[in-house]
Amino acid sequence: MSAPLPAQQPLAICMRSVVKTFGGVVANRDASLDVATGEIHALVGENGAGKSTLMRVLAGLYAPDAGSVEVNGRDVTGWKTTEAITAGVGMVHQHFMLVPTLTVAENVVLGVEPKNGLRVDLHRAALEVESLCRKCGLHVDPHAKVADLSVGEAQRVEILKTLYRGAKILILDEPTAVLSPPEVQELWTVLRALRDDGGTVVLITHKLDEVIAVSDNITVMRAGTTVSRFPTQGVTPRDIARAMVGRDVALHLEAIGVEVAGDAAVAEIAAPSGAPALRISGLNVSSDRGLAAVNDLSFDIRPGEIFGIAGVEGNGQTELLEAIAGLRGVRSGRIELAGQSFDALSVRERADRGLSHIPEDRHRRGLVLDYSIAENLILGRQHHFATRGKLDHAGIDANAKEQIARFDIRPPMPALAARALSGGNQQKIVIAREMGRAFSVLLAAQPTRGVDVGAIEFIHAQLRAARDAGKGILLISADLTEVLALSDRIAVMYGGRFATVLPRAACSAELLGPFMTGAAA
Amino acid sequence: MSTVTRVDRGIWEAVLPPIVALCIAAVVGDLLILTFGEAPAAVFSLLVKGTWGNAYGIGQVLYKTTTLTCTGLAFALAARAGLFNVGAEGQLAAGGFGAAVVGLLLPSGVPGIIAVPICVLAAMLTGAGVGAVPGALRARFGASEVIVTIMLNFIVLALLNWLVSAKLHVPETLHTPEIGSGMVPRLADAFAMFRGSAANFTLLFAVLAAAAAWWYLFHTRSGYELRAVGLQPDAAEYGGVRVPRVLLVTMALSGALAGLGGVNFVLGYKGYYEDGFAGGAGFLGIAVALVGRNHPIGILASALLFATLSQGGLAVNAIVPKQLTDILTAVVILAVATAVPEVQKQLRAAAARAANTLRGARTEGVA
Repeated sequence: MSAPLPAQQPLAICMRSVVKTFGGVVANRDASLDVATGEIHALVGENGAGKSTLMRVLAGLYAPDAGSVEVNGRDVTGWKTTEAITAGVGMVHQHFMLVPTLTVAENVVLGVEPKNGLRVDLHRAALEVESLCRKCGLHVDPHAKVADLSVGEAQRVEILKTLYRGAKILILDEPTAVLSPPEVQELWTVLRALRDDGGTVVLITHKLDEVIAVSDNITVMRAGTTVSRFPTQGVTPRDIARAMVGRDVALHLEAIGVEVAGDAAVAEIAAPSGAPALRISGLNVSSDRGLAAVNDLSFDIRPGEIFGIAGVEGNGQTELLEAIAGLRGVRSGRIELAGQSFDALSVRERADRGLSHIPEDRHRRGLVLDYSIAENLILGRQHHFATRGKLDHAGIDANAKEQIARFDIRPPMPALAARALSGGNQQKIVIAREMGRAFSVLLAAQPTRGVDVGAIEFIHAQLRAARDAGKGILLISADLTEVLALSDRIAVMYGGRFATVLPRAACSAELLGPFMTGAAA
Repeated sequence: MSTVTRVDRGIWEAVLPPIVALCIAAVVGDLLILTFGEAPAAVFSLLVKGTWGNAYGIGQVLYKTTTLTCTGLAFALAARAGLFNVGAEGQLAAGGFGAAVVGLLLPSGVPGIIAVPICVLAAMLTGAGVGAVPGALRARFGASEVIVTIMLNFIVLALLNWLVSAKLHVPETLHTPEIGSGMVPRLADAFAMFRGSAANFTLLFAVLAAAAAWWYLFHTRSGYELRAVGLQPDAAEYGGVRVPRVLLVTMALSGALAGLGGVNFVLGYKGYYEDGFAGGAGFLGIAVALVGRNHPIGILASALLFATLSQGGLAVNAIVPKQLTDILTAVVILAVATAVPEVQKQLRAAAARAANTLRGARTEGVA
């Protein structure tokens, strides 16, 4: 658990000069990674820096074009996933790979089921999973259906899956992107327990506070290669950010949720009074399962204000946003934009009246992944790029060139499919589309989820600039530091209601935490 | 890496699987022919001579190409919106019937320039009507269009059979009387060498339909929205697209394209509607679209291929059974279905939807 590597014992992971290209795109070049047995190692870097690719090479999903991979001193370059699993290397992916209709136990044993003759012994499977849960402190009901689990629980099932297969080296790709702060803390506890049990953990992440909180050593990647490696002890977020980006970055907070002096004063000045940009009154919305998701909610957002909603996911934020955007029916209540009722308007009509919407899930809603950058940049505005039904290709191209330049979308190729871009650049397409046009109210849900430090800085600057230009912004984020960093007023949503609404100056992470879990009301 | 190489690679990726599939089919064909004790070279040269070797053969291939292009386009348009239309067979037959009925209703003196468009429109509208039924059920209730179109095929074909045999037939036959006006001229009327073949100017309509489908898909706002619905319905909805409406309209358009295929037989060839004229061309349209990668240009090419195989079967029938080319057709379909991920994705999605609908029907039946 310290920086000097023990020379006598072979390293758990030793990757040397790994090169991996896809077509003409270089994902890894000369990337090297040393991880000792029994440490939590953070692999950090901007989106598209090649972290996931490097780990997929390690897990046997990709064969490297050049370079070597050793695990526990054995040369395993170019091995297959099955070999990696046998050797105790398990990867928990960013997107879960679970069968929603099966139970937790069934998912965990899938592919390596305990057998009783020809039959799968589900009873034994459940017992084994239960004891595994106890042993590593991961709490999930083995008999629950995965479809009914929260995101945090589903992730625990993913970890259980790899542990059940005997993983001693655990790779986690952005594990906290979908977790609430208490769930993150639980995850850290689990990872520390694994480490103390002799396990090795590689953690891919963007979040610098996490790196500091949990890792023993850090390897930084930039542009496909590993640029530095240092022990976590005594490192500041600013040091890591500098290594990641290659220059100084303006961090909005000192990364751990501590207030920056003066921020509150700025918020005071920047929140003018006046007619509301968006007014919600007595809103009731149902979830997909017909349950009450938003309960009698009322609030105003003024022009030139960022109204932040904090809270654990699944407390009605999604339903609230969809109702405002016109994607979900309203049971009762009113939605008004600049005094105009939205009740009978379609998604398109709402957008045309000045509502912009950065949806929380860019892969499901925000982008058509197989559409080009240019095509994605007109989604929702396609009727403005057509005359008498015919698409205006010249206009679409011109729009793409303009937005790509303005929002620095890379690579700057309008005809490239959105799928081929890194997460941060995909999000920039959404941001460019929604903020690069005239609007008066912006719904911004998880605007920086799965996005690297450089892009976060950029997106935050865009949101602040929009606020200063008099736009009303509804910010919803599972990342409390983000809500604290940007909002002028903050509400905590719990069980479809606001547990509290406070001016930014009165808020801190410590104060809001209890409201998020429903402990304070 | 320039844009040009990217596009080139795209074309190669699209064209390569069908070419490989053809090669596999050729090898399988060789083996089959050998088991019949014939020389593969002789059989294949006979196949080529009987199809592309003379004007009559070419005419017959073009005639079959026409119908297959229409049904292939019908499947492809629906597939681009994420719909799996198995109903082209019924839509094709209904289109032919619609054209025949309107042709019979028109007084015999009406000039072709007026009568043909009216009959063609009738064919497309009838096809659209049949296609709109599963479209509406999918849009309104989420019923799987796979199941509905399969079942609707039986209903439509049985209904047409009854209408013809009970109301409209010429005694001793299963076809309607000949129409007085609205016939589409034969190719032979302009190019004498095609004399005797069934090829007619419906081919021109089919090519125009392919061009229109291409234009619609890639150059109109509706096409943009249609493809978005097919790729990611949630994103389309977010982008202000009224998804159910797109599903309904697309199924109707798909039916109209299949219905247009009925013109080829009824107005272009026989001059009457005959029970069973579709003869599987609707179902073969699925294969045409899959091999043509749901792209109008690809569909023209693959319709030519399947038409050649079909006509070639007749040409080689003297020395090997004509079912040989049916087997080759099947090999091409299987090879493409296994080689192309997007085809697999499409088949899987359709199967999943069908299973959902069946499960829904079962649980409702219990409750």
